[in-house]
Amino acid sequence: MTIRSEDMSSQPRSARGAQFLEYGLMWRALRRDRLALISLAIILIFVAGAIFAPWLAPYPDQGMGKANLGEKLDPPSSLHLLGTDDLGRDLLSRILLGSRPSLSIGLFVVGLAMLIGTPLGAIAGYFGGWIDQAIMRITDIFLSFPALLLAITISAALGASFFNAMLSISLTWWPWYTRLARAQAVSLKEQTFVEASRAIGVPGFTIIRRHIIPNVLTPALVQATMDIGSAILMGAALSFVGLGVQLPRPDWGNMLNVARLYFNDGPWFAIFPGLAILLIAMCFNLLGDGVRDVLDPQSRRPG
Amino acid sequence: MAKAEYIIRRLLLAVLVLVGVSIITFVIARLVPSDPVALYVGPRAKPETREAARIKLGLDRPLYQQYLRYMGEVLQGDFGISVRSHRPIIDDLKIFLPATLELVFVSMIFTVVIGIPLGVLSAALKDGWLDHFSRVFAVVNVSMPVFWLALLMQLLFVRQLDLLPIGGRVSREIVILAPIEQVTGFYLVDTALAGNWSAFRDVLSHLILPSIALATYGIGLSIRMTRATMVEVLQQKYITAAWAAGLTRRTVYFKMALKNAIVPTLTVLSLNFVWQISGAMLVEIVFLWPGLGTYLVNAILTIDFPIVVSVALVVTIFYVLSNLFVDILQAVIDPRVTLE
Repeated sequence: MTIRSEDMSSQPRSARGAQFLEYGLMWRALRRDRLALISLAIILIFVAGAIFAPWLAPYPDQGMGKANLGEKLDPPSSLHLLGTDDLGRDLLSRILLGSRPSLSIGLFVVGLAMLIGTPLGAIAGYFGGWIDQAIMRITDIFLSFPALLLAITISAALGASFFNAMLSISLTWWPWYTRLARAQAVSLKEQTFVEASRAIGVPGFTIIRRHIIPNVLTPALVQATMDIGSAILMGAALSFVGLGVQLPRPDWGNMLNVARLYFNDGPWFAIFPGLAILLIAMCFNLLGDGVRDVLDPQSRRPG
Repeated sequence: MAKAEYIIRRLLLAVLVLVGVSIITFVIARLVPSDPVALYVGPRAKPETREAARIKLGLDRPLYQQYLRYMGEVLQGDFGISVRSHRPIIDDLKIFLPATLELVFVSMIFTVVIGIPLGVLSAALKDGWLDHFSRVFAVVNVSMPVFWLALLMQLLFVRQLDLLPIGGRVSREIVILAPIEQVTGFYLVDTALAGNWSAFRDVLSHLILPSIALATYGIGLSIRMTRATMVEVLQQKYITAAWAAGLTRRTVYFKMALKNAIVPTLTVLSLNFVWQISGAMLVEIVFLWPGLGTYLVNAILTIDFPIVVSVALVVTIFYVLSNLFVDILQAVIDPRVTLE
């Protein structure tokens, strides 16, 4: 009995060790992918910019929403590097402070979707039968909605706010992780180490916690890297229709929503926030592609 | 027969999904924190008026009865009434849905006409400049916020070049001088049927920018998909045989290879159709296009929740049906398809 329990407790530890080794190898392979590395560098710069925004912004109070009516829609100049917006606020400061919600929505959505989706998928795949059927049909139904529309609807129902926007996007996102985790769990449960634990009477949920979830985590993390860009885009879209951060606080999406009304007098106002969204989404997509290629060279997308 | 069985199972699944979708939209509708009765009767209504409105809106019944009543009404095409304008929502949908569909259809035409040939060409000229270009194009595309692209197109084609109208569906001049007789709600069709060509040209010029903005994502997607499957197909023996037989490049690429490469592209196009319906919501706002998106966003701003839920339900039904259609079409075309 003591031997068995020792065996069992050593299982997850060795699995974790193997994972660290795996991440080390991943990093080594990723270092050769120049595009992914450049993307990672740009992402880190953006993240640093978001963290230190109040100190980096030339006009932090304008960045947070204080109007400066004397300098409405000034073109880019040495005083305002990216120009000013409809209320004369420094655009660079607005973009810097707006990067905080715009970036964090990506991390939050993917994190929460993983947290909801992965255990559900592991349970569905491991137990099978009617539990599997029930969970997967609910997943199907959620995936039958156009994601953006479902997010807009939930968010409108909960009330327009940044937190509700994050929550509603996460609620459209989890089914992808459920599918991913289920597929992994189905193949894992046939493997010897899982069958062995089952044979000595380890309860199902313990097996899921110790063996299934740790092994699903790596593919889920890769998926997460690939999803952050899209999540940021969807966050910007929600904010663009007025369901994200509420003015006067800035966010790249709500800046664009105002900017479209002034595109004749201040094109820079519409150009720069959008450029920020495009750049960060592209970097996350390229990094995600790189990570996926390293982990699974066979699925390398042609094109 | 396996194929008939597959189609029946697929139909049943679609019915199940639609029921689930309606339950979810209903549940979301019940989540609304704001008080629909207060919105309906206004802030200074008497208690009797409030009570009458509560009964009229069906809010006095138990939840499952409200759901069944709601479903019964939806099946008869009754989506309830706007809490702001008190107009039946179905009347609004009849105006706004065709506008969105016209935009989506025209942009689908752009997607197919531009995306598939470019995909074939970049597979044919693998590693050439076109191939490199379309790969970069594809990466930029999936990262592009479509509403920003729409804004950029306005900046370039309206502000700088002054080539096309900034937004809307028709010019005011046309509305006065050559009004469009509404038959189908699709203005291109209506004007063509009536032989009203000045209006037709005007409608077309209004469609160009929003539909191209909307098509870009699908173009990137179909280039990638067509290229990938074409590259695979071109390595097969029957293609080598076709080359050996001395067939022209056009015949080999567009007739022999594309026929086998088109099936995966069709799936992608159907996904794209759906993407375009939700993308249309965002593009419409920028181009002031009087479609579902504009309708939806106005409803969000005025907290007119029955409209939000109805739009979500209608678009999702379209989504489910178009997926169903493509799955069945594939089962008919491709004998290898079975459920899972």
